Amino acid sequence: MNFDFSDEQKQMRDAARQSLAEKCPPKAVREVLDGKATHDKALWAGLAEMGFLGVAIPEEFGGAGAGHLELCVIAEEMGRALAPVRFSSTVYLAAEALLLAGSDAQKQKWLPKIAAGEAIGTLALFEGKGNPAPQGIKLQASGGTLNGVKKPVPDGAIADFAVVAARTGSTRRDADISLSLVDLKAGGVEARALTNIDPTHGQAELTFKNAKAEPLGAAGEGWGILTQVLDRAAVLMAFEQLGGSDRALEMGRDYALDRIAFGRPIGSFQAVKHILADMYVSATLARSNCYYSAWALSTNAADFPEAAAAARISATQAFQHCSKNNIQVHGGMGFTWESDCHIYYRRANATAVALGSLSYWERQLIDRMRKKNAA
Amino acid sequence: MNFDDTPQEAAFRAEARAWIAANAPKQYEEELRKSSLGGTVLKNVNILEVAKAWQKKKADAGWACLHWPKEYGGRGSSSIECVIWQQEEGPFGKLSGMFFIGHGMCGPTIMAFAGEAEKKKYLPPLASGEKVWCQLFSEPAGGSDIAGLRTRAEKRGDNWIINGQKIWTSGAHYSDYGILLTRTDPAVAKHKGLTMFFLDMKSPGVEIRPIKQASGASDFNEVYFADVTIPDSQRLGAVNDGWNVSLTTLMNERMSIGAGVSTGFPELFDFCNSLMLEDGPAIQDRSVRSRLANYAVKASGLKYTSMRAISALSNGERPGPENSIGKLVLGAMLQDIASYAMDLEGAAGALTSADEEIVNGQFQQMLLTSPSMRIAGGTDEILRNIIAERVLGLPGDIRVDKDVPFNKIPTKGR
Ligand SMILES: Cc1cc2nc3c(=O)[nH]c(=O)nc-3n(C[C@H](O)[C@H](O)[C@H](O)COP(=O)(O)OP(=O)(O)OC[C@H]3O[C@@H](n4cnc5c(N)ncnc54)[C@H](O)[C@@H]3O)c2cc1C
Repeated sequence: MNFDFSDEQKQMRDAARQSLAEKCPPKAVREVLDGKATHDKALWAGLAEMGFLGVAIPEEFGGAGAGHLELCVIAEEMGRALAPVRFSSTVYLAAEALLLAGSDAQKQKWLPKIAAGEAIGTLALFEGKGNPAPQGIKLQASGGTLNGVKKPVPDGAIADFAVVAARTGSTRRDADISLSLVDLKAGGVEARALTNIDPTHGQAELTFKNAKAEPLGAAGEGWGILTQVLDRAAVLMAFEQLGGSDRALEMGRDYALDRIAFGRPIGSFQAVKHILADMYVSATLARSNCYYSAWALSTNAADFPEAAAAARISATQAFQHCSKNNIQVHGGMGFTWESDCHIYYRRANATAVALGSLSYWERQLIDRMRKKNAA
Repeated sequence: MNFDDTPQEAAFRAEARAWIAANAPKQYEEELRKSSLGGTVLKNVNILEVAKAWQKKKADAGWACLHWPKEYGGRGSSSIECVIWQQEEGPFGKLSGMFFIGHGMCGPTIMAFAGEAEKKKYLPPLASGEKVWCQLFSEPAGGSDIAGLRTRAEKRGDNWIINGQKIWTSGAHYSDYGILLTRTDPAVAKHKGLTMFFLDMKSPGVEIRPIKQASGASDFNEVYFADVTIPDSQRLGAVNDGWNVSLTTLMNERMSIGAGVSTGFPELFDFCNSLMLEDGPAIQDRSVRSRLANYAVKASGLKYTSMRAISALSNGERPGPENSIGKLVLGAMLQDIASYAMDLEGAAGALTSADEEIVNGQFQQMLLTSPSMRIAGGTDEILRNIIAERVLGLPGDIRVDKDVPFNKIPTKGR
């Protein structure tokens, strides 16, 4: 048994951590945070060069053909570095949707561009408030065109293409939902940037007016594909959240060792020690759940859907817990714009509701456990 | 990543499985499988006798204390083989409860510090369950602050004379031997004047008084020592080096407590799956699902955390510090699950009488036993200190009594 990443995968993590430390210092994150850029283009090119964007994309489509375990390793480092790039929308959502449901031609068209850093993709799913559900999708697909409004769409304002969930029938059933592939630069789609709690990751509203679209996957199978895409993205996002949790814990620990109050390091006060110990506990539970989900994803295990939901919940909780308590340990300094604490806090709470919020995943987890028990 | 056995591991598993299938006391399997929360119980038989018989049978066939060397009653197995054995032993492993302290803590201490003749004499019957051991550390004056203990050992010729009192000693009433931490020099700082011994619990001058626990049961005791004689050959480690010796014991304690204990989640999940609330099935209720999901990810997080440690063992590595979270998470979770299940039962949740209770009273039992999980073997607060200091590298607590001679430390009446 080896319930750990392999030595090569660990080397890849080290390489990713090191190159992100060089290419994505806090200063680069702040350029985007302060609105001076929409994303870090140099870093994006660097990630492509390192082969990180196409880690899980097969070689025939221009990727490295490594696999999902390797992608998990990279995702953790992206989260740790708060990389202000379109990794999750392009790699977790768009690329995974193409891999799961794309035709050969669609894969040939987009996957090599993703791997090369030449195309940004996204998933247009939500239409205002609410969690993923077939009845929440109103945008209409008919005769090869789309009409309707999607928001929030991650990175929607800068994406080159989108996978769009659309209605192809009139009931609340899964079978009335189909996926489309839309070239966002081909006209018919209007993008409006939306402000959000994490400015290092853009969100947008996309208005489709007779936008040309081609089907992705068979008609009526959209919901099933979407569920799989979300499950995969949940695991990858969980690793990103895990990286953020660990970094927030480290920041809190380092500060507690450094900061002196009442003549001693604040890390010698039990109230502070116990906050940090509890952060370690939640990050450790999340790490173990994440590892299992990575294994389940990479082997297509029968309990993957359950494992994905568990990892998603656990990592969301850990990142929220660690990032807010990191601020607490930092005192007033933690509440400044200048300190990085709030960027982790923002990212934690933005990622917590992306892909469906905690209450959605809690429900998924219990439904899936019941299904397994019944089987 | 993979969860496959190596060929050697698979062969070992097959051998263990075959032996268990042929030899385990199957008539108790169902009852053992069901009894999880709030302690193992068998109706109509004395569980101690069943446990001792199973242990002896295992020992005779070489399946007791697997990781101990053969000459001391073990099998000389690797750590991963022990884990595989535990997995295969399944519900029958619950019969090992009474040997837990002896095998998990006393044995390793004897192994590390006793003389060769003593090891040969005492370890095999400990492994086989013919002799049961207890741990006499905590005192009225100190449980967390164990180094503050007062029981005196004074040298007289080749013997030591013991006077004092221990408390919370689990299983003292059915134990044959115990390891005992004493004070041998009160004039030096508290950690520096301790010495460890082992003794025959039937020695003249040892008096054991049961303590009725908050749960109503009596698993632990007060133990009094009045001029009890212990030969110097039963000293463990050097005189006044007892603190270091005790660290071996406590290290083993914290590694083992919590391992393999039920989280209470499967029971709660089953319960919620069949429970009807006023407005429909509990499992359809949003808030119930949310609570369940929160427990579920803790339970799976603990399970996979221990699997990471097992994986390290399988690869011949030392497990990382992750396992230190086990008892901390488990204790609070059990307690919380118990009160949540009772909440769902409404007013009837308070009932424990056999004909009234909804699910065998298991959550009520769990409610009443779970506070001890957060205290025994290091309190939640001590565990957080340990994680903060040993894992995260934060400074130790300020200890005002650290460098003061023990007999100069102020006391409050005790
Ligand atoms: C069911 C059960 C079985 C047991 N079996 C045995 C046994 O077989 N052998 C044995 O020797 N002992 C045994 N014990 C004793 C157990 O180890 C102690 O009860 C435990 O270590 C706590 O010590 P205490 O009871 O003196 O509480 P105290 O140490 O007085 O603790 C009281 C409170 O103060 C807190 N506290 C104390 N020190 C600190 C600190 N430095 N920082 C923060 N908070 C602190 C504690 O966390 C706790 O909340 C058993 C206990 C139980 C409940």
